Amino acid sequence: MGNHFELFELRPAFAIDAARLDEAYRRAQAAVHPDRFAAASDAERRASMQWTTRLNEAYRALKDPVQRAKHLLELHGVDVAFETNTQMPPQFLMQQLETRERLEAATAGKDAAALDALADELAGQRRALEEALGEAIDERSDYAGAADLVRKLMFLRRIGEEIDAAYEAIE
Amino acid sequence: MALLQISEPGQSPAPHERKLAVGIDLGTTNSLVATVRSGVAAVLPDAQGRKLLPSVVRYLPDGKVEVGYAAKARQASDPRNTVASVKRYMGRGIRDVVHAEGDPYDFVDAPGMVQIRTVAGPKSPVEISAEVLKVLRRRAEESLGGPLAGAVITVPAYFDDAQRQATKDAGRLAGLNVLRLLNEPTAAAVAYGLDNAAEGVYAVYDLGGGTFDLSILRLSRGIFEVIATSGDSMLGGDDFDQRVYCWILEKAKLPPLPAPDMRLLMMKAREAKEYLSVHAQTRITARLSIGEVVDVELDGETFCNITQTLVQKTLVPVRKALRDAGLRPDEIKGVVMVGGATRMPQIQRAVGEFFNRDPLNNLDPDKVVALGAAMQADVLVGNKREGDEWLLLDVIPLSLGIETMGGLVEKILPRNTTIPAGRAQEFTTFKDGQTAMSFHVVQGERELVSDCRSLARFELRGIPPMAAGAARIRVEFQVDADGLLSVSARESTTGIQASIAVKPSYGLGDADIERMLRDSIEHAEEDVHARALAESRVEGQRLIEATRSAMQADAALLAESEAKSIDAALEALAAAVAGSDHRAIKQAMEALGRATDSFAARRMDESIRRALAGRRIGSL
Repeated sequence: MGNHFELFELRPAFAIDAARLDEAYRRAQAAVHPDRFAAASDAERRASMQWTTRLNEAYRALKDPVQRAKHLLELHGVDVAFETNTQMPPQFLMQQLETRERLEAATAGKDAAALDALADELAGQRRALEEALGEAIDERSDYAGAADLVRKLMFLRRIGEEIDAAYEAIE
Repeated sequence: MALLQISEPGQSPAPHERKLAVGIDLGTTNSLVATVRSGVAAVLPDAQGRKLLPSVVRYLPDGKVEVGYAAKARQASDPRNTVASVKRYMGRGIRDVVHAEGDPYDFVDAPGMVQIRTVAGPKSPVEISAEVLKVLRRRAEESLGGPLAGAVITVPAYFDDAQRQATKDAGRLAGLNVLRLLNEPTAAAVAYGLDNAAEGVYAVYDLGGGTFDLSILRLSRGIFEVIATSGDSMLGGDDFDQRVYCWILEKAKLPPLPAPDMRLLMMKAREAKEYLSVHAQTRITARLSIGEVVDVELDGETFCNITQTLVQKTLVPVRKALRDAGLRPDEIKGVVMVGGATRMPQIQRAVGEFFNRDPLNNLDPDKVVALGAAMQADVLVGNKREGDEWLLLDVIPLSLGIETMGGLVEKILPRNTTIPAGRAQEFTTFKDGQTAMSFHVVQGERELVSDCRSLARFELRGIPPMAAGAARIRVEFQVDADGLLSVSARESTTGIQASIAVKPSYGLGDADIERMLRDSIEHAEEDVHARALAESRVEGQRLIEATRSAMQADAALLAESEAKSIDAALEALAAAVAGSDHRAIKQAMEALGRATDSFAARRMDESIRRALAGRRIGSL
């Protein structure tokens, strides 16, 4: 895996120039996308698919705050280690426990409005964490602290997926 | 020049000549073929001026095959040999179709995909679909006056890997050069977007005969970007017919019916549905073979009531796609309606209420997919000038993963990932001295393997014996621009590498396709060998031209020795093209491919560099 920021000639930072990224991605796609090589030789089609795959992976990673932060931390030699490091501050865990309980109640009661409220709250928490993450990485170069924040965000993302599953379950 | 000799009469060898390319909407109920002529996409009619081709195939005892209106007319009188809605069985096993009530077919369990027993023997959905495609191919070739350079075939966005592979196989079996499988809602978005110069976020609500898709796209400056897609590949207009059919049975208090009567009443049910799209009520009459006479009246309100759950069912994927896209209904600028079933007023009403705006109906819902596919075929075949092209960025509809311990799924590529996409994941052995590992590739959103669709199983052997957990097995998923998956695995710690590439188990190998083409020779009106030769000549010639122009454009990227070996391969291919052995042409093409492999990769690197450098200059 290469450096996604370098690929699109962007400054490696959490705060990202989204318009510039979009523009670079589009230009690069227009040059190598398989649709440009549908009638080309096998060799060109293969090269086109490999390049486009790489562009898509890098673009997706940079667009997504969690993946972008993980990638930045990796570039600084910090492993987020979400799978192995599951330590979370007790207060955060209490809060999530409460969220889970409300989620279960909303699912049992087929209460879409309660799910909406939970989803909104979660979105707010995620935004706050993302802001803190930007500060930790871009302003304080506090990569260990940032890794903690990324783990929290990933935790919230799982709850977000559970909320989505709950919507599907009550439909 | 020797190269000129290979061209057939009426076929110009000039490289700047427009190439003949078509878009095909291979529908559950009807199929269409369209092309772009003088810059305008149009559906190609048959000799009688009819644009739709009913997707109905009838096998006769003498080996003949009827397709379209003739077959449709015999549905009730010859139900077992007349196959309609075969799209529902594409890439499907016997377990998926046993619940298909109202289907009078004699299903045969076959490895990978169900087959239907007919008077002409068991037929797979791929073969049956190929019959429909052959008719459309002939129609296009006759009307355009030459062999087709390529075709884009549309598939429901929610089709999984097996269904896509089956569709592509059907295209190849019909003798088509399948340029791309294109998602139906995306094709519709192209047609709508280009027609209306639309910009912004749009939803496409596509209710076809047998499938439902909902795609959300961002249209901006020549880019069609699918943000999220969802759907139900077992929900369509046919289900509305089925509801009406059941209502008739109940209303007329009919006993279980023999196959011809079932078919007759299903057809009456469909007519009633279509009539109720523009009228307040309809009278359904039929004389059954069992002696009963049906005479019932159905009004719009009753029709609405008996189909209400189906209408509501379509809104489930709508909400899911919006959640995936992170958008609210009011953030959608417009909802493009696609598929004949969207003519039903209750559908229009439900969509209008949900999005709180009038749905967009300005394109013919039956034709819009074929038109969009034709436009895309025109781009893919290279008929557009540089700068006039647009770009489609589509996604996979369902997550792709691998089975891990305990029957759980590890997702490798999540749904709505932009294609082409690839990702590698490392696995390890769990026993000391383990020398083989088996993999199970699945598709779906559920956590349990048993709830997902099984795509392929394969084994990696020859892993050097090591302690448990020491081996590093890298499994790589690659999804191409058609949305088709291939998987490979290799062990890499010791430098000893073993790798295997798999295609989903429903896919047919090249050898299978060739065999099926050969089998069909007896009653085919064309010589398969001659066709294969003509096609490989066209392909070979195209490759020669493409390679020469690449060498000319990027001479600076070529080392002298490399240029020499490419030249040699080019000459060998030109000689093969002048000969009459299509296998020799294929081999020469492969050899040229190997000779140009690294040149092609460097050209691609260079064009990326140029594209990004262009941005830098532009943004200064």
